[in-house]
Amino acid sequence: MSREPGNRPSARFESVGPDNGLLKIALIDDWSAPWHEENSNTLNALQDLLLNLDSNPVADKVERIEIDGTGLTAWDSRCLVGIVAAAKQLGNKGIAIDLDGLPAGMLRLIRLSRAVPARGDERSGSSAQSILTLIGLSAIKFWHGIGETNRFLGQALRSLGRFVRGRARFQRADIIEFIEVTGPLALPIVGIINVLLGVILAFMGAVQLRQFGAQIYVADLVALGQTREIAPMMTGIVMAGRTGAAYAAQLGTMQVNEEIDALKTFGFSPMDFLVLPRMLALAIMFPLLVLYADALGIFGGYLVGVSVLELSTTEYIEQTRNAIDFGDIALGLVKGSIFGVLVAATGCMHGMQSGRSASAVGDATTRAVVSGIIAIIFMTGVFAVFTNLVQI
Amino acid sequence: MAYGDFVIQRDLSFCVKSGEVFIIMGDSGSGKSSLLRHMIGLQRPTRGRICYGNTSFWDLDEAERRRFSNRFGVLYQSGALWSSMTLAENVGMPLKEHTDYPAREIAELVSFKLALVGLAGFEGYYPSEISGGMRKRAGLARAMSLDPDILFFDEPSAGLDPISSKRLDDLILELRDSLGTTVVVVTHELASIFAIADNAVFVDAETRTQTALGDPKMLRDHPPSPKIGEFLARGGTESTIGGKP
Repeated sequence: MSREPGNRPSARFESVGPDNGLLKIALIDDWSAPWHEENSNTLNALQDLLLNLDSNPVADKVERIEIDGTGLTAWDSRCLVGIVAAAKQLGNKGIAIDLDGLPAGMLRLIRLSRAVPARGDERSGSSAQSILTLIGLSAIKFWHGIGETNRFLGQALRSLGRFVRGRARFQRADIIEFIEVTGPLALPIVGIINVLLGVILAFMGAVQLRQFGAQIYVADLVALGQTREIAPMMTGIVMAGRTGAAYAAQLGTMQVNEEIDALKTFGFSPMDFLVLPRMLALAIMFPLLVLYADALGIFGGYLVGVSVLELSTTEYIEQTRNAIDFGDIALGLVKGSIFGVLVAATGCMHGMQSGRSASAVGDATTRAVVSGIIAIIFMTGVFAVFTNLVQI
Repeated sequence: MAYGDFVIQRDLSFCVKSGEVFIIMGDSGSGKSSLLRHMIGLQRPTRGRICYGNTSFWDLDEAERRRFSNRFGVLYQSGALWSSMTLAENVGMPLKEHTDYPAREIAELVSFKLALVGLAGFEGYYPSEISGGMRKRAGLARAMSLDPDILFFDEPSAGLDPISSKRLDDLILELRDSLGTTVVVVTHELASIFAIADNAVFVDAETRTQTALGDPKMLRDHPPSPKIGEFLARGGTESTIGGKP
């Protein structure tokens, strides 16, 4: 049977009556083909007719409707759903509609769809909620989120305690693998980003400092800015996107596969087995990455210094050495350790709390990256205020 | 049992005798798998108790409960093998954790368990490198690694072809007979229900409680309610199913 347009006449209907309160509607020809543009119009016209009976001026009161489908040559679900929906609304208005004239197949489908009653307490496809409900729900969710975070942090601390006492059970090989993935394999991206940031920082400073002939202080700006602020923060952001996301996705997928349940039933603590090695790896590697980022950022500044500002190499290095002391570098490393734990914790937490579906793992990953970055920026701010107060 | 305020099942009460194959059956969404999660310690029942022998499982503290659950073996629906480990590591992991056997002995035990489920020679494979049915069997090998008193199966035949699922059923019976293991199976696969069950409970999604308890063959022949009759006779087409050897 060819289903090409134009082969068959498109849908029509004819209505007879109302006669003594009885309106007869006959459906005629092909109601199936969605490519007939008229079909949409016909269906709409039919629904209009059925639903606006009271406003129809010619009508005396319609009490009953009979639908006759003997003239139908073909139909589809859309036609069926349209008629059933109209029938339901008419039923609510107290107008009886008799569908027995429809083709047997249509009647069977209607009966099938009504065979199992909808569950009252289940969610239907869409549920519109008022704005107040939504605000309330998200407030409750936020509150639960705080509780969950606290619980996770508590468990992580206890797990760390077991590790310190040598009682935590995990695979040593895991730690080595995570260290490799979070350390050496992250060098290229951390390197590129920090060289470029050093260059950018140098140019920003150069424009202003040149006006006073003080371009030598570009070295100070880059060295101080990079070690104290930029290197830890940018490394943190890169690692949140790179490793935090990976952790969340790994743990989320393990949740979906019931691997975490399996760990529990075999008496392993998922905290010790999965979260601890990941957190340790990142806490160990992060300060090293920051140190590396410091060096490459200063190198970026140096490139600008010698090529654009016409400073000599010895001049630049000497100025850099005088600008920063051990305290500046140490501050960056302390921040780095904290950020490492933050990134690992947000990644692992959202992974562990992930739901059991593909989209839930996606959500968990998104939340891990977003909250990781927010946490890092927030902590950078806290550190800035704190170091300013105590004059470090 | 409830998730938040949403009660899945209430007023459940049944006994599993040691050494029997006990089936938890029910329609989709009735909470069969949730019931299993409660029994193996993944989810605390909102009210009520689960007892093994004279021990009330959920009244134990966490460490005791963890130790107690070493007597369980669980086969999850998808096998739930740890994806970062080879089959040998998967099966050997519980042994390494809970026994002080030397490494060589563990390796022998692992090979033996894998051979039992027909996976001899697959020790070095990762779960992603083998088929779904093999993963399930490897999961069974892991579930048996500690020679558990009770084996739990979550939908063992889901996603298996009829032959593999028959083999798995045979394996379950074999294990019960040779090791005396008690077996609890969550399933709605009629063929397996009739093939392996000694006793069964039916949890119903609509009434949210158990509506039948007993040998499924008896339940089929004398259904206590029409729904169970319908369930066990596959909605009325009774002739072809049941009574498998």
